[in-house]
Amino acid sequence: MSAPHVPEIALVGCPNAGKTALFNQLTGSRQKVANYAGVTVERKEGAFVTPAGRSVKVLDLPGTYSLRGRSPDEIVTRDVVLGRQKGEDVPDAVVCVADATNLRIVLRLVIELMSVGRPMVLALNMMDVVEKQGGRIDVGKLSAELGIPVVPIVAIRKGGISELLAAIDRLPLEAADPSPHGWREPTAEEIRATHATAARILKACSFHPGDEKLTRKLDAVLLHPVWGVLVLLAVLFLMFQAVFTWAKPAMELIQATIEMVGVFVGASLPEGLLKSLLVDGVIAGVGAVLVFLPQIVILFFFIILLEDFGYMARAAFLMDRLMAGTGLHGRAFIPLLSSFACAIPGIMAARVIENRRDRIATILVAPLMTCSARLPVYTLIIAAFVPEDAEVWGFGLQGLTMFGLFATGIVSALLVAFVLKKLVWKEEPEPFIMELPDYKWPAPKNVAIGLWIRAGAFLRRAGTIILAIMILIWFLSTFPAPPEGAAGPAIDWSFAGRLGHFLEPIFRPIGFTWQIVVALIPGMAAREVAVGALGTIYALSSTGDEMHEALKPILSQQWPLSTALSFLVWYVFAPQCASTIAVIKRETNSWVWPAVHFGYMFVLAYAASFATYHVVEALTR
Amino acid sequence: MIPAVEHAALAGSIEIHRLGRRPKGWSGYVTGLAPIADLTIPWGELERRLLEMGIVEGARVELMHEGPIGRDPIAVRVDDATVALRRRDADAILVAAAE
Repeated sequence: MSAPHVPEIALVGCPNAGKTALFNQLTGSRQKVANYAGVTVERKEGAFVTPAGRSVKVLDLPGTYSLRGRSPDEIVTRDVVLGRQKGEDVPDAVVCVADATNLRIVLRLVIELMSVGRPMVLALNMMDVVEKQGGRIDVGKLSAELGIPVVPIVAIRKGGISELLAAIDRLPLEAADPSPHGWREPTAEEIRATHATAARILKACSFHPGDEKLTRKLDAVLLHPVWGVLVLLAVLFLMFQAVFTWAKPAMELIQATIEMVGVFVGASLPEGLLKSLLVDGVIAGVGAVLVFLPQIVILFFFIILLEDFGYMARAAFLMDRLMAGTGLHGRAFIPLLSSFACAIPGIMAARVIENRRDRIATILVAPLMTCSARLPVYTLIIAAFVPEDAEVWGFGLQGLTMFGLFATGIVSALLVAFVLKKLVWKEEPEPFIMELPDYKWPAPKNVAIGLWIRAGAFLRRAGTIILAIMILIWFLSTFPAPPEGAAGPAIDWSFAGRLGHFLEPIFRPIGFTWQIVVALIPGMAAREVAVGALGTIYALSSTGDEMHEALKPILSQQWPLSTALSFLVWYVFAPQCASTIAVIKRETNSWVWPAVHFGYMFVLAYAASFATYHVVEALTR
Repeated sequence: MIPAVEHAALAGSIEIHRLGRRPKGWSGYVTGLAPIADLTIPWGELERRLLEMGIVEGARVELMHEGPIGRDPIAVRVDDATVALRRRDADAILVAAAE
């Protein structure tokens, strides 16, 4: 006997309609996030039980204004709804989520979706806002006109959810004809005709949208040519300030905990290989990465908050002209901003860009944004080489150096995009048409779930690939052991030492020692690992803060300033992250672009480090 | 009732403009969509993108905001939604002042 068919419903709606908020209300934090087979569009699935006791699977599809599918995200939405997506069943029903304050645009989508012929419910979100703004709509009449159930909901507060579940219960889920039909790409005239139908229906339902005063008032400031730009700069400044200062107590706590665990494990194990593996390899290595969790959480907290509030689209608006100078458009600003946390979500966020070459250009320059994994490297080197009390025009030199590294990344990203779009491809700009959603208060629950999913992804990475790499480096730098009575540090005899010595001639012209070259190898797994690796190479068996403190004097003694600065500059440009290369391969579905990414960044890094090393050498001689 | 461009033009009482050339604060309604000189995507595609964002004959439009550099892009209130677009693309939108 085969298992009974579990009905599946798909959530469809325009961007910013509150689809994800509804998905969170229906499924709580029990969500499976993966990718659609063959494409890297995020697939979010959950499940719930209806009042009648039916188990229902629910799929949160990417937002879209139409079924024509222009970006990879929108194509997935279309193909799932039409049953064309590989590996996906035809959904048994469609729940269309509509922002009631913006009904005209979505009603056209509703009519288009109805032509597909699936059982359908319209969830009218944010009805409370419409009523507060003095708007109204006859919901019963709308349902009668459309011929489908219409349920008003308040997705962020669970309002109307039980009515929606009851409506889903009444759908003929099992009886639905599994072969969808009746859709083809509409012509401009057909789109006009559905608009006319939508307008007629809205009139029949005595629709009045109300007056959105808050958005008008806020936009008068936030989109103002002067104040708007100042607010954007202030928001970005606050964001980075928060990442560096708010995260500190939590980071110190994590470090102290890791140290305690290291000491405890060290004390309870006999001297030998196992102790060395656990303390020097696993705890020190994974600890060096876990410390960044607070910074990543804070950065994503801001990004999710600004996105939910509706500000990200405004930032794209303000930045559009600047981005246009590079041949990209304002939308590329959001992926680039996310890349400050990590290039991987940034590259994945580039999916919202419709034009393929714009997407590729954005993907290629995203890794030039200073991601949080570079911070431990920057922090360590700056602390070791830039005097803490040095000031330039009243600003601390350490902070200025950090700022300079960030700025170098941003400027070179814009330059590379310019070269690609204007000089290599010689392309005309793609139209930039984007909705600026009305402002909404972010719902704490949605922010929390979003953070939970992202923090989980980071921890899984720390627990798997980074753990494995740390054990590998520990192995490479421990074996083979030096012969009895051998002079010099043990690592000189190991595989890592030999590899470092072997590759060192390539990196000598840019001032790198063999220890640095050895640290670069594990740094390919994740940039931040290089710090832990330097600790291992300089034969330190402490962890966390203690290791940073212990490394500082060693580095400032052993490296000349020219090497230190060359190393920093290398880190601005170098293609130092295997995960980024993997994600570029997935997103572009080709090996060409990861190869281009690796090649151009390597050349940039080598050239920039070469120049830095020799200029500083000449100045300090 | 959807006002037709031809009738309005014949009557001679209504002046048709391109939205991309209107100043901030201007308001009116859409009378039609027409190709621009140097299209970067096929006209049928641009036309449908604009239509899908609710920019359709008869829609009320108000030019709410301008970008900080070169007064570009513009933010346009289209009925109940706000749409951002560049002036060169907004030139495809024919508009007439509200009576």
